[in-house]
Amino acid sequence: MSTPIAYFLVVSAMLFAIGTIGVLVRKNALIIFMSVELQLNAVNLSLVAFSRMHNNLNGQVLAFFSMVVAAAEVVVGLAIIVTVYRRRRSASVDDLTVLRG
Amino acid sequence: MAVDTVVFWVFGPISVGSAIAMLLQRNAVHAALFLVVNFFTIAVFYLVLGASFLFAVQIIVYAGAIMVLFLFVIMLLGVDRGESLVERIRGQRVIGIVLGVGIAIELIAAVRAGVGFARVGPAAFDAVANRGGNAEAISRVLFRDYFFPFEATSVLLIVAAIAVVVLASRRRRLTTRAEVVAQVPDEEAA
Repeated sequence: MSTPIAYFLVVSAMLFAIGTIGVLVRKNALIIFMSVELQLNAVNLSLVAFSRMHNNLNGQVLAFFSMVVAAAEVVVGLAIIVTVYRRRRSASVDDLTVLRG
Repeated sequence: MAVDTVVFWVFGPISVGSAIAMLLQRNAVHAALFLVVNFFTIAVFYLVLGASFLFAVQIIVYAGAIMVLFLFVIMLLGVDRGESLVERIRGQRVIGIVLGVGIAIELIAAVRAGVGFARVGPAAFDAVANRGGNAEAISRVLFRDYFFPFEATSVLLIVAAIAVVVLASRRRRLTTRAEVVAQVPDEEAA
């Protein structure tokens, strides 16, 4: 393998930043959630790249665990979005102002 | 140029481009489809990095199961609703983009300082870490060193399944204080 590890880390950093922008800018709860998934994937990519760099598999196992946690998180998060939608008839985070001070 | 370099330069721009396209889509279904493209490119990166097991898991779990779940919920909630462009916080969009670009610059600077742009991974990865194939090697690490966390994830998955059943059930129950407040019209708006 002749590609420097840093290239993958740079792609991972860019994906993470794009996910951050998505979370900060978008209003639709589903798209915010997708951006969070993008961030999780970016971190997984950097874990696998570091695993390659250090020549052991601990990073890949950690990425595997993070996928399991992400799957559980997606299921619960989408259930919450559906429940909120059922109550408020909206998936926009701007409409969730019940906890406003 | 080696094969992995070609693969990187083909799929790297697709990966970043599909992520940006996801961000710019108004329609949630289109955003989800661009995210699937992005997940596939990340799976290809896993393959290049010698993680063929995670390549399969990425496609099956992320591009398959999770995105189907996303699309299902998008269809359930209706896709025809546009997103309001009103900013509740003044300048939120600009500040968000500036902060995101700042994070990107900071992370790339950290990669440059910590790893360096010239460092290449060890050539003996398949012979040392991936001995006997990636799936076998990863199971060796998983079931020897990380057996307890592995069992803990099974508890996590059961808890998640129970949580979803509780959240999604339409059973009639007592109304909480917050819901009562939510049902009366907003005084400020009136």
